[in-house]
Amino acid sequence: MNATSPELAIPVSAQDHAQGKAGAPVTLLEYGDYQCPACGMAYPTIKRIQHAFGADLRFVFRNFPLSEVHPLARPAAEIAEAAAILHHFWPMHDWLYENQDTWTVYGTEGLEAGLRDLGIDEAAITRTLREHDVGARVRSDFMGGVRSGVNGTPCFFVNGYRHDGDAASLEYAIANLIEQA
Amino acid sequence: MSILSAGSNAPDFTLHSTPDQSVSLSEFRGRNVILAFYPADWSPVCGDQLALYNELLEEFSKHAAQLLAISVDGAWCHAAFARDRHYHFPLLSDFEPKGAVARKFGAYDDKDGVAERALFVIDTNGVIRWSYLSPMGVNPGADGILKALEGITSSAQAGSP
Repeated sequence: MNATSPELAIPVSAQDHAQGKAGAPVTLLEYGDYQCPACGMAYPTIKRIQHAFGADLRFVFRNFPLSEVHPLARPAAEIAEAAAILHHFWPMHDWLYENQDTWTVYGTEGLEAGLRDLGIDEAAITRTLREHDVGARVRSDFMGGVRSGVNGTPCFFVNGYRHDGDAASLEYAIANLIEQA
Repeated sequence: MSILSAGSNAPDFTLHSTPDQSVSLSEFRGRNVILAFYPADWSPVCGDQLALYNELLEEFSKHAAQLLAISVDGAWCHAAFARDRHYHFPLLSDFEPKGAVARKFGAYDDKDGVAERALFVIDTNGVIRWSYLSPMGVNPGADGILKALEGITSSAQAGSP
């Protein structure tokens, strides 16, 4: 992270899915794709970082599905957004990454299995998908990411600046910011 | 060698887009063109960069812009790459003489024998309005392209060329 790193174009707001307090010294934001293997690999690292920094870290997730390479990424993102409206965003998000190897093989049936595993009412999800424009939400996350210089997934922003580097450097950058806070 | 900068006329060229079809830049007069030179088919960063642009074709067309991606790979290689990645835009083959078009735009890497990762936004009159050279290993994203296209759209609305 430095002065030339692209800056987050859309500030974190109440519309975002966030874990942790708004007043935390560090906000780690991920633009991710549920079918992206690299995002799947980053998932346990983020969990570990969240555990390590506790209340000093807020984690925010935004959608960045690359639909042409990952045709299930957008349906998965839309189901997670529908789950969010029913207050089940994080369990769905976590399930999608924890079971990425399995559900991606079965397509939309794999996604339905996730809802059943989590005990989320499938009919309620279907109704939510019909009544809310979750597609627009996913698209708006995506375009906000493009405007912020997101160039692939996963793409991380630490306190509003893009972080280019591996997981170890991400942890180091967060630790430094917490120390300075 | 430095890349052609904003204000220069874009040199015209004709390159294969498929093994039996060719495309000339001049065919796109009246439309905006995004030229994306990239080093190689199949390499990880290029794939990510083009995958991102592939998601943005609708956004580009809102600005009456056509995306053309160019590397020194052959037309058959491009065909396989485009099919594998579901790209919905032309991949042009700067194959013979190798890199000649990339050289015209100042975007050829003599040492490695590939096109550099350079972007050009060209307006409806064939004038370069924005150009950007990204470090070889860095995916430049699309925010610069969108800003340049918005600049063209707003200056056209203001009545200036």
